[in-house]
Amino acid sequence: MSDAPVPVFVEKRTYRRRRMADAARMMPLLGIGLFLVPLLWRGDGEVEGARTVSVMLYIFVAWVFLAGAAAIISRRLSPGDADPPDRKTG
Amino acid sequence: MATLNVLVLVSILYVAFLFAVAFGADRAAARGRGTWLRSPLVYTLSLSVYCTAWTFYGAVGFAARSGLEFLTIYLGPTLIIIGWWWTLRKMVRVGRSQRITSIADLISSRFGKSNALAVCVTLLAVIGTTPYIALQLQSVTLSFAAFAEADPTRTDLPSPQSTAFWVAAGLVVFTILFGTRNLDANERHHGVVMAIALEAVVKLFALLAVGVFVVWGLSGGIEPTLARIDASAIATWEVPGSRWVGLTLLSAAAFLCLPRMFQVMVVENEDEGHLRTAAWAFPVYLMLMSLFVVPIAAVGLDLMPAGTNPDLFVLTLPLSEGREGLAILSFLGGFSSATSMVIVAAIALSTMVSNHIVMPIWLSMTGGTAVMSGDVRNVALLARRLSIGLILFLGYLYFRLSGGGAALAAIGLISFVGVAQFLPALMGGLFWRGANRVGAIAGLGTGFVIWAYCLFLPSFGPTVFMPQSVLDIGPFGIGWLRPGALFGAVGMDPVIHAFLWSVSLNALVFVVVSIFSFPRPVERLQGAQFVNVFQHSGTSGGWSGGLAQSEDLLIMSQRIMGADEAQALFSSAAREQGIGGYLPEPTPDFLTQLERALAGSVGAATAHAMIGQIVGGSSVSVEDLMRVADETAQIMEYSSQLEAKTEEQARTARQLRQVNEKLTQISVQKDAFLSQISHELRTPMTSIRAFSEILRDADGLNAEVQSKYASIIHDEAIRLTRLLDDLLDLSVLENAQIVLNMQQAPLSQVLDRALVGAGITESEFAVRRNREDEEVMLHTDVDRLGQVFINLLANARKYCVADAPCVDIRVAQSDATLMIDFIDNGAGIPSGQQNTIFEKFARVSENKAGGAGLGLAICREIMARLGGRVEYLPGQAGAAFRVSLPQHGGGVAQAAQ
Repeated sequence: MSDAPVPVFVEKRTYRRRRMADAARMMPLLGIGLFLVPLLWRGDGEVEGARTVSVMLYIFVAWVFLAGAAAIISRRLSPGDADPPDRKTG
Repeated sequence: MATLNVLVLVSILYVAFLFAVAFGADRAAARGRGTWLRSPLVYTLSLSVYCTAWTFYGAVGFAARSGLEFLTIYLGPTLIIIGWWWTLRKMVRVGRSQRITSIADLISSRFGKSNALAVCVTLLAVIGTTPYIALQLQSVTLSFAAFAEADPTRTDLPSPQSTAFWVAAGLVVFTILFGTRNLDANERHHGVVMAIALEAVVKLFALLAVGVFVVWGLSGGIEPTLARIDASAIATWEVPGSRWVGLTLLSAAAFLCLPRMFQVMVVENEDEGHLRTAAWAFPVYLMLMSLFVVPIAAVGLDLMPAGTNPDLFVLTLPLSEGREGLAILSFLGGFSSATSMVIVAAIALSTMVSNHIVMPIWLSMTGGTAVMSGDVRNVALLARRLSIGLILFLGYLYFRLSGGGAALAAIGLISFVGVAQFLPALMGGLFWRGANRVGAIAGLGTGFVIWAYCLFLPSFGPTVFMPQSVLDIGPFGIGWLRPGALFGAVGMDPVIHAFLWSVSLNALVFVVVSIFSFPRPVERLQGAQFVNVFQHSGTSGGWSGGLAQSEDLLIMSQRIMGADEAQALFSSAAREQGIGGYLPEPTPDFLTQLERALAGSVGAATAHAMIGQIVGGSSVSVEDLMRVADETAQIMEYSSQLEAKTEEQARTARQLRQVNEKLTQISVQKDAFLSQISHELRTPMTSIRAFSEILRDADGLNAEVQSKYASIIHDEAIRLTRLLDDLLDLSVLENAQIVLNMQQAPLSQVLDRALVGAGITESEFAVRRNREDEEVMLHTDVDRLGQVFINLLANARKYCVADAPCVDIRVAQSDATLMIDFIDNGAGIPSGQQNTIFEKFARVSENKAGGAGLGLAICREIMARLGGRVEYLPGQAGAAFRVSLPQHGGGVAQAAQ
């Protein structure tokens, strides 16, 4: 909001944290991508669609992966960081 | 076999345990203990209120009917919560900084605190949630009935209606007890949250236990289970893309918009940091909740007789296998899911109903200005309790009327689509400053109408609300308006169809109307506060209440107008009303007056909103307006301070320059005086020394010469003495050590004496006087005053350089002062020296050696002692001095008396 010039270079810690915020923003997009993949699957000839079991296993693995990634990212975004995260510079 | 009695006993014990937990948590919180109550884990578990009985029992049924499609209901929330950085973080921050009490409050608050909008949202939320509550009652009833059927000892089955009734009644009691302890809806309900967290653990544990039993107990391991799934009716992945994507989006939208989710996620949030834990822990919870759903469904389809309700596989599978303990656990899981949803939904809805519908009506009925604070608190609490009862009664009524049939099963998604209508207004409000109230109302209205028309009303079946003909060929035969195929979208899934059209048209109308309408100032203010919540953060303080209290108004006004002005305004208003002190009654007149006064500082609209906030009795963020007002006041104060400072500095600089000039002149005078006085002292000294040496050394001086020399020495000594006398006189005067000798004398007499004393004779120096004016009796130290006159006249005689020197003595009287002017016809005093002539050692010119420059300084001191003044009168013919004496007290009595 302010007219003050935004610094181009920031501290390494701040830079890391902003990239983590970027990663946090990317998470739902990654999730959407992962959860859409089964729609591309077709059956292997005999049956109409893919097997429920394989889709199920895939989804659960993706789910655990997403939760793990979210855990790592949110751990890195320490709670004390209150600087304006909506600023898309870095 | 499990007997119904055991089940009832266990249920009652479980409920008693929940009461104890809620009670204990409330007590621990009240005593300030129990930081564990505020742990991120409890927060995450409380989010599980998303998983209702519909998901506990229904997910398996859903899976049994359409395979993996049930996962969408969990995937949507997963996407939202792992994307917490986008939306949830902002919602929580806004909720905390604006002291938001419900989703209706958030939306109305964002759009200029519009109560109309709040009412719309509240009504829509009640309509969307009531069937959902009915669904919970139904699930408890069905699961109870499942036990009853399996119990061979019972012949008289309790009617489902009575079961539902008692469950609803129990929930009302629990919710009122633990949900309406505090009036401030923004305060946390520790007891409720703790009970819900416990129920979250119970339902997860129950479902996992049933899952483990099915996989390892019934199927004999993972491999055989997978084989069983492959062999079942749901072996292939046949989910249509539109439903997979659409339902995921729908559940994501519902996760954000459901009133109960908003309650646990935003209102009950203790700490923004809890979101960081929930971001990964809640997806794990959801994943575990759905882990065994497909196996249970597949095994249930395999083992249970055809025609069994798949919705109850979680319960009936253990029952049919004779695992009554597991079945009771499963029942408790379903019971937990149902009750936690109902409790939270009832709290959320009752807050909305009482804050946005009941309280405004009550306040307008009681004249809008409630003066007593306790008064409103009780009304609000009562309103909230009654609302809880009403909402559960509506749910029960819906359950009774719908007959608890299969129609209810579909209501979950229908409900989701209903509340998803909040999404455009919610997201637009959080991310787009241009979003405004009219747009939000128009969008919500559009979405609501389409939802009701396409999904909600047809869900009651044909002929209830909508004739079959409308469903088949559209209203008035207009085919493209058919509820199930709007704008020719034939063959779509009804839920997806309604979701697509309602939310997209809702958003479209919202955006278009927002663009083409103009928001009120409060909306723009709130818009900025919401959208830029991270820029001007800071938690709001403790202002709460919302009554037309003069003190609140005074506090607010002081912050805007400054304490003195506000107090002056209030005390004068109080005096006008005949009350003492600073607090007038908030009468309409006074409020108008105050509003105008405030408008001068912050503009009319803001002032209006601010007074409206306090008088209107709404409990939302006056803080923000205050914050803005504070900023304005600070800026105004700052700039006026700056202005004052600049002026003061300029003044000081001017004064300093003047003083410096004077000092320089005085210094020059002093130097001049020192040389003068040494000269003055040396001249007589030299003569005295010379003549006394002659008298001592020279012989044969005759008596005449001796006498002449001695008299010279004598005269010079007198001159020296006079000089020293003057210095002494001045020093005494300056130290205020003189004693005034007060006497009565007419002014003319004082002047006569002074003329003689100054050695003025008519022949060499003309004196013009007006004897009549001088007939004034003085009461003062006449000798001292005479000394002043002598000094002035002597100066005139000495320094007046005119050919025919003349002095004019004018006497004038104003109300309180007697003024005597001495004006000669000489050259006057140069303007540069007028400032300094009254200083010690000041000498106007060097051309006529006169006194030591102490005369006028002595005059000034004398006049100061007499309570008057002597000053130079510029702009006259020559040098002019004015002597002013005070007429009372100081020394003038009228001669006539």
